[in-house]
Amino acid sequence: MYETSYHRASSVDDAQSKMKAAEDGKFLGGGMTLIPTMKQRLAAPTDIIDLAHVGDMKGIKADGSGITIGGGVTHSEVADSADVKAAIPALSYLAGLIGDPHVRNRGTIGGSVANNDPAADYPSACLGLGATIITNQRQIAADDFFVGLFETALNEDEIITAIHFPKPAKAGYAKFPNPASRYAMAGVFVAETGGDVRVAVTGAGNDGVYRESALEAALGGSLSVGAIDGISLDASNMMADMHGSSEYRANLVKVMAKRAIEAA
Amino acid sequence: MTVINLTVNGSEVSGEVDDRTLLVQFIRDQLRLTGTHVGCDTSQCGACVVHVDGKAMKSCTMLAVQADGSDVTTIEGLADGAELHPVQKAFRENHGLQCGFCTPGMIMAATDMINRHGKDLDEETIREELEGNICRCTGYHNIVKSIAAAAKEMG
Amino acid sequence: MSEGIGARVLRKEDKRFISGKGKYTDDVIEINQAYAAFVRSPHAHAKINGINKQAALDAGAVAVLDGKELTGDGIGNIICGWMIHSKDGSPMNMGAWSALATEYVRYVGDAVAIVIADSQAAARDAAEMVEVDYNVLPAVIKADKALEDGSPQLHPEAKNNLIFDWEIGDAAATDAAFADAAHIVEMDITNNRLSPNPMEPRSAVATYDASEEHYTLYTTSQNPHVARLVLSAFYQVAPEHKLRVIAPDVGGGFGSKIYIYPEEIACLWASMKTNRSVKWTSDRTEAFLTDAHGRDHITNAKMAFDANHKLVGVKVDTIANLGAYMSLFSSATPTYLYATLLSGQYNVPNIHGNVRAVYTNTVPVDAYRGAGRPEATYLLERMMETSARELGVDPIELRRKNFVQEFPHQTPVIMCYDAGNFEAHLDGALEAIDYKGFEARRAESASRGKLRGIGTSCYIEACGIAPSAAVGSLGAGVGLWESGEIRVNPVGTVEILTGSHSHGQGHETTFAQLVSERFGLPTDNVQVIHGDTDKVQFGMGTYGSRSGAVGMSALVKALDKVEDKAKKIAAHLLEASDSDIVIEGGEVKVAGTDKKLGWHEVCLAAYTGHNLPEGMSPGLKEDAFYDPTNFTFPSGTYICEVEVDPETGKTDVLAFVAADDFGTIINPMIVEGQVHGGLAQGIGQALLEEVVYDDDGQLLTASYMDYCMPRADDVPNYQVSHYKTECPGNPLGMKGCGEAGAIGSPPAVINAITNAIGNNNLSMPASPQKVWAAIQASGSKQAAE
Repeated sequence: MYETSYHRASSVDDAQSKMKAAEDGKFLGGGMTLIPTMKQRLAAPTDIIDLAHVGDMKGIKADGSGITIGGGVTHSEVADSADVKAAIPALSYLAGLIGDPHVRNRGTIGGSVANNDPAADYPSACLGLGATIITNQRQIAADDFFVGLFETALNEDEIITAIHFPKPAKAGYAKFPNPASRYAMAGVFVAETGGDVRVAVTGAGNDGVYRESALEAALGGSLSVGAIDGISLDASNMMADMHGSSEYRANLVKVMAKRAIEAA
Repeated sequence: MTVINLTVNGSEVSGEVDDRTLLVQFIRDQLRLTGTHVGCDTSQCGACVVHVDGKAMKSCTMLAVQADGSDVTTIEGLADGAELHPVQKAFRENHGLQCGFCTPGMIMAATDMINRHGKDLDEETIREELEGNICRCTGYHNIVKSIAAAAKEMG
Repeated sequence: MSEGIGARVLRKEDKRFISGKGKYTDDVIEINQAYAAFVRSPHAHAKINGINKQAALDAGAVAVLDGKELTGDGIGNIICGWMIHSKDGSPMNMGAWSALATEYVRYVGDAVAIVIADSQAAARDAAEMVEVDYNVLPAVIKADKALEDGSPQLHPEAKNNLIFDWEIGDAAATDAAFADAAHIVEMDITNNRLSPNPMEPRSAVATYDASEEHYTLYTTSQNPHVARLVLSAFYQVAPEHKLRVIAPDVGGGFGSKIYIYPEEIACLWASMKTNRSVKWTSDRTEAFLTDAHGRDHITNAKMAFDANHKLVGVKVDTIANLGAYMSLFSSATPTYLYATLLSGQYNVPNIHGNVRAVYTNTVPVDAYRGAGRPEATYLLERMMETSARELGVDPIELRRKNFVQEFPHQTPVIMCYDAGNFEAHLDGALEAIDYKGFEARRAESASRGKLRGIGTSCYIEACGIAPSAAVGSLGAGVGLWESGEIRVNPVGTVEILTGSHSHGQGHETTFAQLVSERFGLPTDNVQVIHGDTDKVQFGMGTYGSRSGAVGMSALVKALDKVEDKAKKIAAHLLEASDSDIVIEGGEVKVAGTDKKLGWHEVCLAAYTGHNLPEGMSPGLKEDAFYDPTNFTFPSGTYICEVEVDPETGKTDVLAFVAADDFGTIINPMIVEGQVHGGLAQGIGQALLEEVVYDDDGQLLTASYMDYCMPRADDVPNYQVSHYKTECPGNPLGMKGCGEAGAIGSPPAVINAITNAIGNNNLSMPASPQKVWAAIQASGSKQAAE
């Protein structure tokens, strides 16, 4: 790791002003991606601004419309939350699949979504559920938030303070992990909300998380396995690496979509 | 350099660290508590697992400054004086270790696992929950057995 | 409760490990300690034009030292310690390997300079500032490609990168047997390249004491005495009496910590140059880039049967990738540890093996758990299973029909099997897995849309690597005996000094059990001392499953001498004849009388010297060297049952049975643990693990993000059982258990998967993607038929 300066933010405003003062600053959520990246000398921020002690970013709130999760909430808190389990069990299930227990104890939803790793789980839930990303500056629809590999609509000094997930009629998630990293090789989040069906895919696409329009079109307004049985997906949009060819990933997306629908 | 104050194994400690110092480096090099190990660079092997404020965390993926003000327990602080913790005992009684290098992280992870799940830990859950801890010696068979035995003992 | 041979004694060493009190090399902190980081080549093949150290020195590095300075100080090249001659009689073509590259770099990670600084972070910062001007050269990664005319050349000594072209067995007789055969089965088989991955990364702490001209090296070694010998005799770092090597607690080895690597040499030398203690600890990526890899064979194999399905011949042509340089035992692994096992458990009258070893621009390849024997077992057992399928017979019956039944059995490839009962463990394994019930279980899986398969592997391996005269005649540069010393203290407690090294095997317990067995003392009264060249005079270390059969045999010989002397003292004190004295339960008795002394009383008498037999010297301390008369031959049957998800290609190992014959077992708990660990590594090879380089020689699997280590949910609970035939070649009848799991398991897993999916064309690792593709291929084949 290169030299860096650590700053602990006490509030969202404090974090933003510390970021403004920094030459090349980075916000630190749980650090489950940023710190390994810094250890490998692939990132070298002059300053890191720790958001872990910002009280406003904690907590999970449920109301009739859905669930709002603070940006600083850890994966294990989401996985264990009775409110999340009641409103969107698929989201709780997804959170319990991220990393391992120790990573889940520290990693945060805000950090994961802001990082937008193309194989991370949360982006598929955001996109699949049509979530709203709430920042210290504005509210961004998930459809507009994820721009590309590790790229989002966030400005440099913008912080995800919370994410609002509307309550779906039905939702499910299925993940096929990369055998080595255990990140998603294909993770599919399906949701039916008010007659609208979304199929969001992580880990497989060439350009990060995306909505699989072929599956959405086949499903129409409701989730049924039979509707996608005959579909074969276009492999040209899929990522290829030593763990999986694009054809294999195209197959996995369909299989995981079926399993997510069955789980919903 | 930053001065940090934290509680480690029940004792107040303070130290001056470079901001880039990892918690595991502080524990090993400054506190000389060398039971916590480093086995990878990508937060996967779990040899470095300690408890921070009561929860299992990877001390290789945390800066020491992030732990300022926290309560940290390492493998050296798990036993109650001369009386070994039930998880430590179970690992010995079930031959849950060979070279010993992953063992401290395994034991800290297992303790956290049992704290969360209680005595009814089935084999499948144990194996799933060990996703963040790699052992190259035991083939996991006796580690799983050790954790199940400890869970029963602690329940 | 007895703590002797056969007792499940809990491990003595565990108390420190479970409390965080183990002492590994990286835990050592010396006064005046500096830290090393290495400048490594980012290219697989390049010429070094120049090195600019100024920026690193300006940033505060204590020193930046390069290969020219190293060789200028007379530090010698790293060598391979086993001479292999090609079939034309010429010696192997060994290229020069300097601990720090001088003119050329030959793999990504090749060390170019060592940087010393006051902290680890500062050393790494400075290492990045060293500017190396490279002239990048074309690289070759695959072993078969390296042999082609026009491929990039690594060493001037090795034309077409060929290190040796070696053969074993009778080519003409084998060809004749094939000409007359009723059935010939042929397969192209790849044995995937692996990284050993002990959880403790390699580490070294070197200290030079200028006033004594003496060096101390703490290092992660399986054989510190061999390290000292090689560092002294070949690398000229320091004469042996001026070099102490300590391998304290070592966190696993699996072969990768046998070798003496560039880093230890460079740290010792840098310690002298800087007059500082120098510590280096590898990170995991550095381990992937520099620890010796294992396996990496490309083989064409043929098996010939007569009309009655009796084997008449085996013919094997292998290309072994040895990487960019020849590591310490690299030449022995694909020759004498591999092709000598090509007879398997079978009566094979004619065998011919040809092995070409080649250089490539990759990390050196050497012995990894099993070393050669997994490669032999994998090809034989895949071929037996595939042959049975092609011949339309039961794979179990085909094996049974060809088993060696009588011992000793001389194979056509050097080995003489001394003892075994292959039917016994085969029958045991079939019963344990409920072989008869398989079809019902397969149907149950099918009802859930899953493909179930069962696969068998019958392995035999050779442990101990001995006798010394024999291995010497085959090219080994060292003898492969072991030494041991028994020191009895005046109070009757015992210290065992051994040349074996424990890095997870539990010697501190099992070796103590030998003393307990002999004198009836509790194991708590016995201390095992190992891993320090100042404490133990010499030893060959631990690898090749040799610590029991060879290391413990040396202790038995020393114990014989101690027992003999103790009896003489007791006989003298009790006024009895030596032959009437028995030692048991911590007492020394005259048989048939009530005359006795406590063990401690005899020991004290030995040290007071007040009343000893005429002419006897005081003290009770004996040593022994033991050189075995043959290899030992553990064998076993492994059966694996899998379930494949046809939609994703993912394989779940549902059951794994290991039925082994290890001869005499000292501590079943520890032996079972050794098998478990070996099985996980073998299942890992079969399903998960592979080192992958791209065509330019960049390592794609440089961390656990891409190199798939077996985790708890990848492996099943194992069913392990033992079937004993005693080894006649050593006093305890032991055979060795450390590597069997890794040797026997991979073909069982692959045979099970190919059985499940109905396609024999599958290579390791059988990743979900590969299995899925194989299912697609066999599906389309079936459709076409």
